Amino acid sequence: MFRNLIAFPLLALVVIVQSAVVSQMTLLAGYADLMLVVLAAWALKADASSAWIWALLGGIMVSFVSGVPWLVPMFGYLFVVLLAQLLKQRVWQAPLLAMFSVIFLGTLSMDILTLIVLNLLGTPLPVGDSLGLIVLPRVLLNLLFSIPVYAVVRDLAQWVSPVKEVE
Amino acid sequence: MRNLFGRSLQTTIIFLIVGGILVLAFGGYLGTASRGLSGSLVGVQTWFATRFAAIQDFLAAPRDIVALRQRNTELEQEVSRLQGQLIDLQQKVDETEILAALVNFQRTNPERSYKGAAVVGRDPSPFLHYIIINSGSNNGILRGMPVVTNQGLIGRIDAVIADASRVQLITDPASAINIRLQNADTDAVLVGSVTGDLSLDMISQDVTVEAGDVVLTSGLGGGFPPDLIVGQVLNVRKRDFELFQQATIQPSVDFARLEIVLVITNFRPVDIEPLDPLNTP
Repeated sequence: MFRNLIAFPLLALVVIVQSAVVSQMTLLAGYADLMLVVLAAWALKADASSAWIWALLGGIMVSFVSGVPWLVPMFGYLFVVLLAQLLKQRVWQAPLLAMFSVIFLGTLSMDILTLIVLNLLGTPLPVGDSLGLIVLPRVLLNLLFSIPVYAVVRDLAQWVSPVKEVE
Repeated sequence: MRNLFGRSLQTTIIFLIVGGILVLAFGGYLGTASRGLSGSLVGVQTWFATRFAAIQDFLAAPRDIVALRQRNTELEQEVSRLQGQLIDLQQKVDETEILAALVNFQRTNPERSYKGAAVVGRDPSPFLHYIIINSGSNNGILRGMPVVTNQGLIGRIDAVIADASRVQLITDPASAINIRLQNADTDAVLVGSVTGDLSLDMISQDVTVEAGDVVLTSGLGGGFPPDLIVGQVLNVRKRDFELFQQATIQPSVDFARLEIVLVITNFRPVDIEPLDPLNTP
């Protein structure tokens, strides 16, 4: 229970690493969304209630740092968790496949939501350029990041809520 | 008794003869026979010496290799340490050069007050071009203050907390700045893009704009002080059927390598929104 409090320092660290390091590792004009990858992995490995709380916390932290309107990361990450919950029940035998599916669909939905909201608020973002230069490279980078992040988060989830062996 | 004496004499004589022959042989008095004997002995000696040396090398060499490897490791560690030191010093030199340039810039523009800050991060979203600096309201930073380097304008403060601020870069797609083309002496609007490229819009068709023209802030709109360098015109697109010309701008600042910036603290942006006829009731 109390081990769930690790969400605060861990997600803060994720935001710091995202802002200081990951955002410098660009492919075309896009870079990975570490928070999305961490939250997707957590939602696949941990229990549902903690995943929702983590997504909410991650959304708040990212919207605090980012210039993107707060509702985008908030609802975007919650949607990623929802996707993970749905896929976890269907692709439970292949966790890495589920992870890739969540990352792919989650990144696309999150970035399309960002694109729509920013365009509605008056930031002129051409859809073609945004998809080709940001969204697709971001999907690829998120998929690359998902493998090591999944391994780390799986161990962390095991530490936070150890699975009791049935006697 | 006689027999014993005879054998001793015989032995002595044999020894004397053999010894004499050997002395003569080693002395070179026996010619070919002497050379053959000494050659054989030297050959044997050489054979033994060579084999012994080889055995000695074989026995001694592992100890040398261990010692050499140890020494090599020590030297490699020393090289690594010195390389680390070199990188640190190089970073300090780079930082000093940047600071010196900023101080020089500050001296040449004494009418403005500056607050230096380090760039500590970028926006988590690649759709927006923002940076995060390590100075905030505790350092007198306010929303709207222009941010520059010694090379030119980079943006304005968008949000402030106690010890950090978010800066909207001029390359941000939502950024629009009133500028002046120095040579053409005309105003235009500088806009950013999703790729980080800068372009000029709203240039009158009557004006002649050429590549290399310097772009400065005009001060119109009250968002930025006038005459801050933005960049140079890279190329111009003029079409007869369009209302305005467009131009691509090469920024004077390398936005990928921003490390230290200056916030102009004695400039307060003017909010002209209430004066906009569209907003007047």
